[in-house]
Amino acid sequence: MRWLRSIARELLGLFVDDGSFAAAILTWAALVALLLRHVTSHASWLGPTLFSGLALILVESVVRFSRRRK
Amino acid sequence: MSITMAQLGATRLGTTLLAAFLAALVECVEALTVVLAVGSVRGWPSALAGAASALVALAAIVAALGPALTRIPLHLVQLVVGAMILLFGLRWLRKAILRSAGLIPLHDEQAAFAKSTASMQDSGQHRGPGLDKLAFAAAFNITMLEGTEVVFIVIALGAGATGLLLPASLGAVAALLVVVALGVALHRPLAKVPENTLKFAVGILLSAFGTFWVGEGAGLAWPGPASANPDVAIPFLMAAYLAIALWLVPICRTAAHRATVED
Repeated sequence: MRWLRSIARELLGLFVDDGSFAAAILTWAALVALLLRHVTSHASWLGPTLFSGLALILVESVVRFSRRRK
Repeated sequence: MSITMAQLGATRLGTTLLAAFLAALVECVEALTVVLAVGSVRGWPSALAGAASALVALAAIVAALGPALTRIPLHLVQLVVGAMILLFGLRWLRKAILRSAGLIPLHDEQAAFAKSTASMQDSGQHRGPGLDKLAFAAAFNITMLEGTEVVFIVIALGAGATGLLLPASLGAVAALLVVVALGVALHRPLAKVPENTLKFAVGILLSAFGTFWVGEGAGLAWPGPASANPDVAIPFLMAAYLAIALWLVPICRTAAHRATVED
C-alpha cells in the first residue's frame, strides 16, 4: 500500500521538517508543564513563560535558517 | 469595556471556524490542482470518482475519531493535541515567515499543475470501458493526503473543548465547497489564492491555540483575575505571535543579506 506509506510520511511531515525545531518545542513545553509549575510560586506567569520560550525558539530557528542561507 | 462570557464563546467558536476554514482552503487548493490535472488529461469520471471516494473515507475518519476523543479526559486531550497542534502551527508559521522573507520559494500552483499534467500524459492513455485505475488512484491519493491534514486540523481544533468539533468541521466543509465551486467555474488551478498569507494566518491561529491548550492541559495559569475566563488569553497569544512574525520577516531578510555579504 504505497499511499498508506505516503500518508504516514505526510503525517510525520505535518509536525516535523526541522528536527531540532520540533525537539526544542516539545522539550520546552514538557519542561514548563512538568517541572516549572512545581518549583515556582508565580503560577499566573507560567502561561506567559510557556509562550515566551516558544517565541524564542521560533526566533532562533528562523534567524539560524536565514544566516545559513546563502 | 468588559468582555462577556457569550462574547468569549462566540470569539472561540469564530476563531475555531476561521482557523479550520483557512487551513482547509490551503489544502483543498493543492488537491484541486492535481485533480484538475488528472481530470483534464485522463477524463473526469475516474478523477472525480477517486476524489469523491477519498472524501467519503475522510468523513468516516472524522465521524469515528471525533466522538471517541470526547471519552478521553479533556486535560489529557488538550495536552497531547495541544502539543501536536503547536508543532504543526509553529512549523507553518516558521515556513510562512521564511517564504515572506524570500528565503524559500513560494508554492506555485501553475508549476504543480504542469508537473502533474506531464506526469499523467507520460503514463499513456486509458483504453476500454470502466474506470481508469491510474486516474482514480492519483485523484484518490492526493485527496487523501491533503484531506488527512485537514482531518487532523479539524479534530485537533475540535478537541480543545466541548462543542468545537462542529464549527471546525463546518469551516473545513465550507472551504471544500468554495474550492470545488471555483474549480468547476474556472477549470484551472487557483494560482491567485494568496497561499502564503493564508499559511501565515493559520500558523498564528494554530500556534496560539496550541500554546493555550498545552497550558490548559498542564494546569498552567494565565495573568488576570481569578474569576476571569482563561479563554481571554487566546486573542493575546494571537496578537503576540502576529507581532513576532511580522517583526521577524525583515530581520530574516537582513540576516540573509549579511551572511551573503560576509561570504
